[in-house]
Amino acid sequence: MHIHPVERRWAWIASALVVVMAALIVYTAVAMGVHPPSNVETIDSTRLHLTPEFAEDNLGVRREKDGRVVARLVMTRYMFHPQEITLPAGTPIVVRAASGDVVHGLHVPGTNVATQVVPGYVSEVHTTISFDAVSKIGVRNADGSVTVGLFCDEYCGPGHQSMWGRVKVTPP
Amino acid sequence: MSAAAVRPDVEGASARRLALSHMWVAFALFAVGTVLGLYQLLEREGLVATSAPRYYQSVTLHGVIQAFVLTTFFIVGFGYYVTATSLKRPVLWRGLAWLGFWTMLAGTVMAALSIASGRSTVLYTFYPPMIAHWSFYAGAALLLVGSLAWTVITIAMTVRWKKANPGLPVPLPQFGMTANAILWLWTLVGVVAEVVFQLLPVSLGISQTVDVGLARSLFAWTLHPIVYFWLIPAYVTLYTIVPKAAGGYLFSDEMGRIVFVMLLVFSLPIGLHHVFVDPQVAAGWKLVHAFGTFLVALPTLLTGFTIAASLETAGRLRGGRGLFGWIGKLAWNNPVVLGGIFALLLLLPGGFGGLINASYAMDSMVHNTAWMPAHFHLIFGGAVVIVYFATAYALWPKLTGHSLHSSSLAVTQLWLWFLGILALTVPWHYLGILWMPRRTAYTPYDPGIVERWKPWGDLMIVGGVMLILSALLFVANLWLTHRSRAAERETNMAYADTVDPVLAVPRLLNGFTLWNWLLLVLMAIAWSYPIGQFFVLHVHEALPWGGH
Repeated sequence: MHIHPVERRWAWIASALVVVMAALIVYTAVAMGVHPPSNVETIDSTRLHLTPEFAEDNLGVRREKDGRVVARLVMTRYMFHPQEITLPAGTPIVVRAASGDVVHGLHVPGTNVATQVVPGYVSEVHTTISFDAVSKIGVRNADGSVTVGLFCDEYCGPGHQSMWGRVKVTPP
Repeated sequence: MSAAAVRPDVEGASARRLALSHMWVAFALFAVGTVLGLYQLLEREGLVATSAPRYYQSVTLHGVIQAFVLTTFFIVGFGYYVTATSLKRPVLWRGLAWLGFWTMLAGTVMAALSIASGRSTVLYTFYPPMIAHWSFYAGAALLLVGSLAWTVITIAMTVRWKKANPGLPVPLPQFGMTANAILWLWTLVGVVAEVVFQLLPVSLGISQTVDVGLARSLFAWTLHPIVYFWLIPAYVTLYTIVPKAAGGYLFSDEMGRIVFVMLLVFSLPIGLHHVFVDPQVAAGWKLVHAFGTFLVALPTLLTGFTIAASLETAGRLRGGRGLFGWIGKLAWNNPVVLGGIFALLLLLPGGFGGLINASYAMDSMVHNTAWMPAHFHLIFGGAVVIVYFATAYALWPKLTGHSLHSSSLAVTQLWLWFLGILALTVPWHYLGILWMPRRTAYTPYDPGIVERWKPWGDLMIVGGVMLILSALLFVANLWLTHRSRAAERETNMAYADTVDPVLAVPRLLNGFTLWNWLLLVLMAIAWSYPIGQFFVLHVHEALPWGGH
């Protein structure tokens, strides 16, 4: 068996490259707590409206007793409930979403809010919105806030393209 | 040896007929799929009548054709030919091979009719609890089951050859094809389990609900290695056909073997990166699969080096001097070589994008945006399909016995494809960075949002038109070659020689027994919990919804 010395050297360089990249990912995950949304929390999607959390009058944005801002959304073919939410920039926010039917995707441009919304599970994303980031891509309103889209980004049926809403981001 | 001398027809006419039949199905439907792609671009930009149901129906058919039909038929057809010519033996169990072909074709027709009926608009990625008509799943299953004939024949022929030639290295092209046959068997386990135990029973009304989390894990099992099932035959061409066409030598046979083994072992236990932002899989498991995903970049980094070095041997033999002088001396007017060069060039940005997608948390920034289809059109539609073209150009004269209708037309076709892919995917990636969601029939959003996307979407159409022209030129050239009367002088297949002759290789690089055992362990570690959890969690199954 003969591997050319130049090729051997390249194999070491390539391996080092791969290990460094993988190590960086593991480091940011473990040391800095950067993880994708993964809360493994089950719910009965056929009875969402009967649960205290996802009943209609509990949807939208609330400041909880412990000070956290929580946005709750239900997604069904082809609607967001509620269709428009207002979120403060620069504040830690928890987004919790559940599907009433098929698999949807929840996606707020300019933020890390991107999660599949799978029937039978609650999706939870933690975010702090950067006003600069959404300003670059959003539409500025007269009151100084910025509006970005709220998209379903997973094919959910023939009306999928019409499943969208708005997120109004207020400056910090 | 002159063409008039004895031509030992060792691979037999049967391998050629099998290869031609499979590849014609692949390329004819590929052309249809390309037309659908252009329709989708025009529909989304509002240049033809908008119709969401028709758009998603088209996306379903386009995806099924390009990802399942083009690939599987091409790979099986190419596989039979490589096996017969590299082992210098006729195809074993030809009846089984043809049974496989007709099963695959029947499945393809069934699935296509099902999609055409409009009752199976669930896209090629299925996504339960959306449920198609049962004929869609049955058709897909037949397509997959038919390809099993090829895996059995390929593996059996390698085993028999090794018994007859103890201690000799299995020829590299066949080593790669055997790796691919084994990879395909492992790959199919996930999707077959999903179709047989979940989707077919629900679509037939036998079960009333579906466990969506389980279905998504099973599909993710298949979703990554299937990409390598498409890629390995392209690597077989790059390692064993392109260097010879270029007039050079393969730089290293052993590195090729190491790469094929790595592709088999690393590409399987990493599929959870397709569900990085799914709520039903815990972060730790995603991180484990993210780590493995980086490992699978290694064989591609090694391949890039070895193929570039092989091309360099050719460039220098043709008189190239200096650090870069050999590049200009390459046979740029030879379609087989040009396809190989373009593939290497497209693998670079494609692989770079792939590393971003693989990056666990960074994936959230691009997940399900236009970036994703841009990525796989660049790396699959670009790098892999362009090697399928090069392979066809190398093989058609040998399969039909007629010399290639027009080499210059082939070169034009490849340039059109290469530039068309860039014109299509560069703006498409950028649309992803502008946060455009993927797979929407049109964009009925606030004008402030849509305005930003519009010019880039228009640019993509330029790429789409170039690609469709290229696809039609490709099929026309193959057709005219097939119908030509100009006899090809050299119809025997010879693969690239290596810089150093390969007399013996370590046993580990001449077979797959140990690697299969290793895979069994790795798959058990990677998947037993991510699949098993759905049997211990208190799961609420979902009701089925029509795809229309």
